[in-house]
Amino acid sequence: MTISPDHIRRVLQDERPATLEALAREAKELTERQFGRTIALYAPLYLSNFCSSHCTYCGFHSKNRITRFKLTPEQMHREMAFLARQGIENVLLLTGESYKVTPLSYLKEAVGVARDYFPSIALEVHPMDEEDYRALFEAGADGITVYQETYDRQRYTEVHLSGIKADYNFRYRAPARAAAAGMRTIAMGILLGLADITEDLCALYSHLRAMEKTYPGVEYSLSFPRLQPIKDVDFIRANVDDATFVKIICLTRILFPRVGINLSTRETPALRDRILEFGITRMSAGSNTAVGGYTLIDRDRQDPQFDIEDGRGVDDVVAMLKARNFDPVFTDWRRIQNEPAR
Amino acid sequence: MQIPSPTTNIRPDEPLCIGGKTFTSRFFLGTGKFKNKQDLADSIRACRTELVTVALRRIDLERHEENILEYIPPDVTLLTNTSGARTAQEAVRIARLAEASGCGKWVKIEVINDSKYLLPDNQETIKATEILAADGFTVLPYVTPDLYVARALVKAGAATVMPLGSLIGSNQGLKTAELIRVLIDEIDVPIVVDAGIGRPSQAAEAMEMGADAVLVNTAVATAGHPAPLAEAFALAVRAGRQAYLSGLPRKKSDADASSPLTGFLYE
Repeated sequence: MTISPDHIRRVLQDERPATLEALAREAKELTERQFGRTIALYAPLYLSNFCSSHCTYCGFHSKNRITRFKLTPEQMHREMAFLARQGIENVLLLTGESYKVTPLSYLKEAVGVARDYFPSIALEVHPMDEEDYRALFEAGADGITVYQETYDRQRYTEVHLSGIKADYNFRYRAPARAAAAGMRTIAMGILLGLADITEDLCALYSHLRAMEKTYPGVEYSLSFPRLQPIKDVDFIRANVDDATFVKIICLTRILFPRVGINLSTRETPALRDRILEFGITRMSAGSNTAVGGYTLIDRDRQDPQFDIEDGRGVDDVVAMLKARNFDPVFTDWRRIQNEPAR
Repeated sequence: MQIPSPTTNIRPDEPLCIGGKTFTSRFFLGTGKFKNKQDLADSIRACRTELVTVALRRIDLERHEENILEYIPPDVTLLTNTSGARTAQEAVRIARLAEASGCGKWVKIEVINDSKYLLPDNQETIKATEILAADGFTVLPYVTPDLYVARALVKAGAATVMPLGSLIGSNQGLKTAELIRVLIDEIDVPIVVDAGIGRPSQAAEAMEMGADAVLVNTAVATAGHPAPLAEAFALAVRAGRQAYLSGLPRKKSDADASSPLTGFLYE
């Protein structure tokens, strides 16, 4: 199968159930051969919701009046200890995008605390230059998540009004800088619904191919969060129904047999459980998307970045995976002392 | 089911010897990709393997319920692999971490700096082998088959050479057969064919060629019923070994019923 807009559009527009079934079968077979029936589990941990970027679709954006909050080291310990007690060994540390409130020194401190609890640490924070990524890698971080959101430059400008995120090129090159700095895992993605899906998928695939050729040693994964409506704002350009969503996962698996595919808690438990078969390799469990959401702030007082649909705890997700004949994998990496890439 | 002993003892087999240990079974098993740990334990029991390889990255040292090591019988040799290492230096660190974690000094060097094909980096593998062998580890390096690389590995102190049959997880069998055959002929340490073996018949083929052992993971782990397939692999390895010992004629590329070049001398 080739990566061309025409081909991808044809597949996405083909509404015959038989087409989807054939894609699903091929994707399932490839996934089992490459990964077995294993699903790696991780949990997000929000460090801060201060943000200087204004992204029209995001609950954390700078113009939104929410309670801004940033974890102190003591609070980090509490939140991380809670997650570690649940069995989580792979953590994704997140912040809003603010050089001022969550500078490199703060992120390094957070990684330092996380080292006490987790063998594997990834970050989803503002894009930075190679030197800063290297500092985080040396501090003990293994992975970076940075989604382009959309590859449609015009649309990108329309929805990213100000702040760090308004710089398309700086963001586009962030995965390459992270890889050059030595990061071993890089997650890339698009926000489904923001722009034309075919064009965005095609551009994401091309971006990934370019990364694979330049930095072949990195373990790549892709994410396909579906845009969720937030009140009074109209920004959804393309509706991604469940069948299209499944098609995107299958198509990605077939085009990239070895690449990881992440599944977020934005999706409902019913859908999450069923689509595991088609190519998903990682999912979050026991997620909370509010700063201090695990131990510090009561649920009814939280301002989450987005509402999660799957509120099941780690034990429930593990039980579901076992019932569906999957091996839940907590430990997929054990940190060795990170030294700068040469 | 009992694996039957050969009825005609054409040439007595010697046990396989690696790093001072002897192995009766020439079938080694990988432990990744199983859908649950019980399938793994059942497979180990069914095929009676005496050596399994485990990725240190997957060993959960802190939690005990799901610790993969609990499912491996104590009489089976544990070969820790350095999966995740992208350089010799990282492989060395992982091997030392494995030793410090109580996993022993048997290590399969896996240095892979390509997440798309998962092909091993032979040069870095040689470097890691040199360092770890000098440090007293029993080193089993995983490589793309290449004569010069194999010689360098032996010189560096490798206990075996483990050439890949085809791309890892591909189930394509012995795509590199001719290169492996060169190693079998020229290299004096045991040759263990690793990666790409998807069916028992392919494992038998490797053994018929004269490989000393075969390591399989994906095909067993992802089978509908892993344990019976693991046993089938062990039987096939045994069959292939017996065929090799029996002096199986090599395949010839052309028929040679007559002597077209020198026949005139006898006319």
